[in-house]
Amino acid sequence: MTPSVPTGRLPDRVDVTVIGAGVVGAAVARELSALDLEVAVVESRHDVGDATSKANTAILHTGFDATPGTLESALVSRGYGLLRAYAQVVGIPVEQTGAVLVAWTPEELAELPALERTAVANGYTESAMVGPDALYRDVPALGPGALGGLTVPGESLICSWTTALAFATEAVERGAHLRLGCRVEGMSRQVEHTVLHTTYGDLASRWVVNVAGLASDLVDGWFGYRRFTVTPRRGELLVYDKQARSLVDRIVLPVPTSRGKGVLVAPTVYGNVMLGPTADDRDDRDDTSTSETGLSFLLEKGATVLPALLDEEVTAAYAGLRAATEHKDYVIDVDASQRYAVVGGIRSTGLTASMAIAGHVTAALLDAGLDAARRRDLPGPPRMPNLGESFPRPYQRADLIATDGSYGRVVCFCERVTAGEIRDAFASTIPPTSLGGLRRRTRALNGRCQGFYCGAEVRRLFAAFQGGAGPSPATTEAR
Amino acid sequence: MSTGTAGPATLVTPEVLIVGGGPAGLTAARVLAGAHRRRVLVVERERQAGGIPRHCDHTGFGLRDLRRVLSGPSYAGRLVAAAEEAGAEIWDGATVTSWSAEHGAEVTTPRGLFTVRAGATVLATGARERSRPARMIPGDRPEGIYTTGLLQNLVHLHHGRVGEQAVILGAELVSWSAALTLRQAGCDVVAMVTAHERPESYSALTALGRRALRFPVISGHRVVRIIGRDRLEAVELENAATGRRRLQGCDTLVVTGDWVPDVELARSGGLDLDRVSRSPVVDSDLRTSVPGGFAAGNLIHPVDTADVAALDGRHVARPVLRWLDDPGAWPSPEGARVVARPPLRWISPGRVAAGAPPRSRHLSWVDRRIGVPVVTVTQDGRVLGRRRLMWPAAPGRVFRIPSDLFAAASPAGGDVVVEVDGRP
Repeated sequence: MTPSVPTGRLPDRVDVTVIGAGVVGAAVARELSALDLEVAVVESRHDVGDATSKANTAILHTGFDATPGTLESALVSRGYGLLRAYAQVVGIPVEQTGAVLVAWTPEELAELPALERTAVANGYTESAMVGPDALYRDVPALGPGALGGLTVPGESLICSWTTALAFATEAVERGAHLRLGCRVEGMSRQVEHTVLHTTYGDLASRWVVNVAGLASDLVDGWFGYRRFTVTPRRGELLVYDKQARSLVDRIVLPVPTSRGKGVLVAPTVYGNVMLGPTADDRDDRDDTSTSETGLSFLLEKGATVLPALLDEEVTAAYAGLRAATEHKDYVIDVDASQRYAVVGGIRSTGLTASMAIAGHVTAALLDAGLDAARRRDLPGPPRMPNLGESFPRPYQRADLIATDGSYGRVVCFCERVTAGEIRDAFASTIPPTSLGGLRRRTRALNGRCQGFYCGAEVRRLFAAFQGGAGPSPATTEAR
Repeated sequence: MSTGTAGPATLVTPEVLIVGGGPAGLTAARVLAGAHRRRVLVVERERQAGGIPRHCDHTGFGLRDLRRVLSGPSYAGRLVAAAEEAGAEIWDGATVTSWSAEHGAEVTTPRGLFTVRAGATVLATGARERSRPARMIPGDRPEGIYTTGLLQNLVHLHHGRVGEQAVILGAELVSWSAALTLRQAGCDVVAMVTAHERPESYSALTALGRRALRFPVISGHRVVRIIGRDRLEAVELENAATGRRRLQGCDTLVVTGDWVPDVELARSGGLDLDRVSRSPVVDSDLRTSVPGGFAAGNLIHPVDTADVAALDGRHVARPVLRWLDDPGAWPSPEGARVVARPPLRWISPGRVAAGAPPRSRHLSWVDRRIGVPVVTVTQDGRVLGRRRLMWPAAPGRVFRIPSDLFAAASPAGGDVVVEVDGRP
């Protein structure tokens, strides 16, 4: 078993335990650790944001297409501003590319006015209808047959990996106890506490917040609820070579259906182009394999939307699981008698809404009797390494290289990751425990060669920085 | 070498910049710096120059250029030493992050940032094997999947361990190199799988390889799925003819060959690229579409053997010198193209010009095997040459065509069409 990081025992007893360190769990932990509370965060996987969060489409949504009046609509709308501001403070790369929703059939075209009204009802007033001429002027590589579109200038790209890590880093620096690789296998109720039975022993917690994502319905069941069932919805994605980036400078969306937002084409903050996701309901909560049908479906969509994309090389193919439920809205609720909160049914909008969700559930906990004052001794926010292409990276910075030559030693050529950045990742508050973790902190190995050139050297550095005593890098999967 | 500053980067102005310190780049550097006394800078992003042969720990290198047979690492070492002795400057661990003929190269090194402006640039950035995601093989994403490059880096340079039972995808020359490396790493090869109806590499080698290495070569099959959550457990194979599928257990998969040229700089520098191979289009002097920009080695023919790449480097020296002495004489890129017709996939040089290319061979790639190929070259409806060749055309390795078949082609004429025909 990989030792979790940060190391050290969990205390026997805490005020609040957050189950799950995805992007939302980490945001909740960060918010709670601003209060005068002993906070624990337990995560079954070996990294922060290592399940649903890492395979997100990584878009900071305006919420223009949410269902008006829902909790999701309110929290996405509020979360957009909160995360945007936070991103600037801690250095999460965000690029406001804007989006255009493209109608390919008369039926889709007929839906655009209603979508524009929905956007307004969601408080988003920047959208505008555009004709095909404007579409082809803005995205010349768009496939033939587009009839019209709706612009959403506020839609932005964001790095979902850095977001989850920033929240968790700040929570840990505020004193939260983060335990990775720690699975909660059951619980028992006592008068004053809930005792969580984990793979690392028992943890008594006065309050429990369930942000367990794909397992949130199971945890909810332990508290006697049958509110929702999670059906893992697999989303397969293709990431194209950076050389495709000139084909598309904004997010190209389809007209949404009841199944979700559909297959989009979007640049990424790392300078690639993404095509996906599929939406395919599964039984297995761990199955993140890609499939022949999924990949060929994506190619078919891509051929319509941006045919020239298919001439480019694929850099990565991966799949993520969204915790879809039978409900159309988030399920966020506090049970004061059990001192238990659930944050479930969080869809792909959860990345955008994460900080607003955290604020919302924290307020609800305080209302329900969680007794804590805001701390006055909080450390400042962390500064995260920049993984984005639109901000200077170490290999481009003469000043940084002059002080430390290891920022001039490029190890991963395709992504231009330096030895200095890899070293820094291991010295960070939440160091990586796998090559996958290193990828998400530095981008090393994420490029077009997929390790042909640098794979061996990155593995050597991984082993060296783990001090030889650490685990061998168990996984190399991309996200 | 004179230096100055250009913003935060230090300006360096050699006469010739060579990007890539593999066999092609190092050989060009040796000839230009040595016999011709030019100031040459080779920029190599790996910590040691030498290119791919550094981690090919088997014999067979140097035959055509050095007239001897060496192991990969000692061949690489000799090329580096020869270039240095000739007076070329080699920067190891220096990465060119952008290049254009107009603005030069931006280089990141541990010593700082540099801008290199040179009279001539030779791009010799090589080629890499297509990765598993780029081949779009679906399934799980476990540990245990390598390209030959990664495998050989791990085993020969870092002495790392791989698994115990390997499947090799591909039956090109490099695939056999992967088999040798696996054997040295103590990993059994349980099967070599190729989509082609027969192995791509020379039959003699295949037969020899089969006897020496004792594993089955499964032809006419594709890998259609990867199975294994943490560690690779099996691959699913599909018979291309019948569609029948079966599982093949393994804990290691090496995806070999299927080369793609490393064209990031060539593309950002605005060079004309071949529509299919994506390599820069060059003429027989290895001149690209941009004045002062040359390309050599496996970047322009992904891939031939290391010694053939090295001979590109030797060949390019004379045109580079001509350009340095008379910068003005650059052929228009508008001239006639050489067009490969299926089953030929690409051909290089792809532009018609006077003179013969390196080794007087045009290099090409075929998608289906032709045992006794007949090559026909035509321009504007006129047959320039037709010949039956004594060697087969086979997928997975370069098919060499004597350049005298193109001798009558006119740069001012229409496209020169190359066709190949014959019995499988």
